[in-house]
Amino acid sequence: MEAAQSTAKTRLLKKQRRLGSEFRGRLLVMTAAIIIIISTLSITAFLTAKGIQTFINGDVGLSEFLTSSQWNPTAENPQYGALPFIVGSLSVTLLSALIAGPLGIAGAIFMIEIAPSWGRKVLQPVIELLVGIPSVVYGFIALTVVVPFIRNTVGGTGYSMLAGVIVLSVMILPTITSIATDAIKSQPDELRDGAYALGATRWQMIRKVVVPAAKPALFTAIILGMARAFGEALAVQMVIGNVRDMPGGVLDPSATLTSIITLNMGHTTYGSVENNTLWSMGLVLLAISFLFILIIRYLSARRNA
Amino acid sequence: MNAKFADKLATTGFIAVALIFVAILASLFGYILVQGLPHISNSFLTTPSSIVRAGGGIRDQLFNSFYILFITMLFTVPLGVLGGVYMAEYAKPGKVTDFLRICIEMLASLPSIVVGMFGLLLFVNTFEWGYTIIGGALALTIFNIPVMVRVSEEAIRSIPRAQQEASLALGITKWHTIKTVILPAAFPGILTGAILASGRVFGEAAALLFTAGLSTPQLDFANLNPFAANSPLNIFRPAETLAVHIWSVNTNGIMPDVKEIALGGAAVLVISVLLFNIGARFIGKIIEKKLTAGK
Repeated sequence: MEAAQSTAKTRLLKKQRRLGSEFRGRLLVMTAAIIIIISTLSITAFLTAKGIQTFINGDVGLSEFLTSSQWNPTAENPQYGALPFIVGSLSVTLLSALIAGPLGIAGAIFMIEIAPSWGRKVLQPVIELLVGIPSVVYGFIALTVVVPFIRNTVGGTGYSMLAGVIVLSVMILPTITSIATDAIKSQPDELRDGAYALGATRWQMIRKVVVPAAKPALFTAIILGMARAFGEALAVQMVIGNVRDMPGGVLDPSATLTSIITLNMGHTTYGSVENNTLWSMGLVLLAISFLFILIIRYLSARRNA
Repeated sequence: MNAKFADKLATTGFIAVALIFVAILASLFGYILVQGLPHISNSFLTTPSSIVRAGGGIRDQLFNSFYILFITMLFTVPLGVLGGVYMAEYAKPGKVTDFLRICIEMLASLPSIVVGMFGLLLFVNTFEWGYTIIGGALALTIFNIPVMVRVSEEAIRSIPRAQQEASLALGITKWHTIKTVILPAAFPGILTGAILASGRVFGEAAALLFTAGLSTPQLDFANLNPFAANSPLNIFRPAETLAVHIWSVNTNGIMPDVKEIALGGAAVLVISVLLFNIGARFIGKIIEKKLTAGK
């Protein structure tokens, strides 16, 4: 009797311990989730607070910062117009998306529709390896190969927006391709069979059926590539020339928000006006990357509807 | 133009694009390996770098890269796996889960330089740590969490529901099931993801520029006291990594052999990333085989 009681007791105690560990487990995973939320919120809060300092202190007007093309922080009458860098960032991003977008989607179509067996076997690892190459290596190769090539063929120093666009296109190509591949693969085979049954050739089927059906997802792929190009710092900084003037054409040297931040953050005194404007540029980067996420969420909502 | 001809033309176009992909990869790797391998020697890997003279190596930078990677994974793996468990097993559809998902998406698409700026603001200036290994590792953790969460969540979701239900049907509680059934089964997938993420950390530079810094003190590898300023293990010392070194010699380097250092360093970096990539696949497959060999 006593023995039975004690086993019952230990069993009950054991059960309690089990439930205690159940609670601890839930607590543990909740903590991880909360840490993720807190870090996202604090990045936004800290960078916003620091980025708007320039405008709160009244050193630079918001409209001057966003619309003036004069950047002369060390002159006697310092000027803080960030427009050339905003334009530089947006133009390299758009141009590299224009090059890498069609190429990436074509690569995806090749893998899924043209050569599904060996195409995937060869291209899949190629894409994964391209993703894995560090951005400083891309920048370094561009510096030693692309810049001299431009210098020798079209003249100038070679440091140009074109060099930046070339390196970014190669960098975002794998991103676009892998997402586009998923998008095209997820199209049901009924679509393809239907098109063939109507007598379409493969190209007609791809162009008129598969690509339109996958359109929102393909746009998502391109937007993600653009987000990557917009935020890339070091590779672009190495080849773009980093001048403060408004770029006149793709062969001119130029600068982006990221390249100016990279170069000047270490040289300027923390808390000085010039340093604060760099944080404002960081805030612009943050705002635009939020914008990219909004666009992607909008596209994926349309896809699911 | 008739439809058949257009079809042939398009097919040729697609094949050309595929060839462009392969050509890009081959020329990138070919260039780095052919040009870089001759500069990798024992003395290149084992001598400290020099700021002004030729003949400097990459010993300290290489060590820093591995050390920062190690500290980063110490934070990233537990946090990412627990986050993945939450997403796959505990998250109920609703506002909180939606918000968490948006947070993860946001972290995933943040430019790495923005993460670096956050690290500069918080760790370097607000906490007044200065440029430190721990600051760099925490910045890289932020940068890597979304990848690790997604990998873990996918690995957990890919486990057959029946396996989990069998455990629950035996009266095993949920957390215990997760610990003893789900996580072991998801282990190969999580490990593969962690190794691939390591490759990414190893080559990352922009986020480290403002957090771990552009310099390394004179390291004394005999001094293993983690609180000494010249100890390699001290996490409160500045540490330039290999990727940052390649960037900085190309941008500000004044030594006469900048190009050789950059080529050798880039080759070491690319080979390391390649090894991470192959290693992930290889180890994942071996463990998968071990776990399923029973039947």
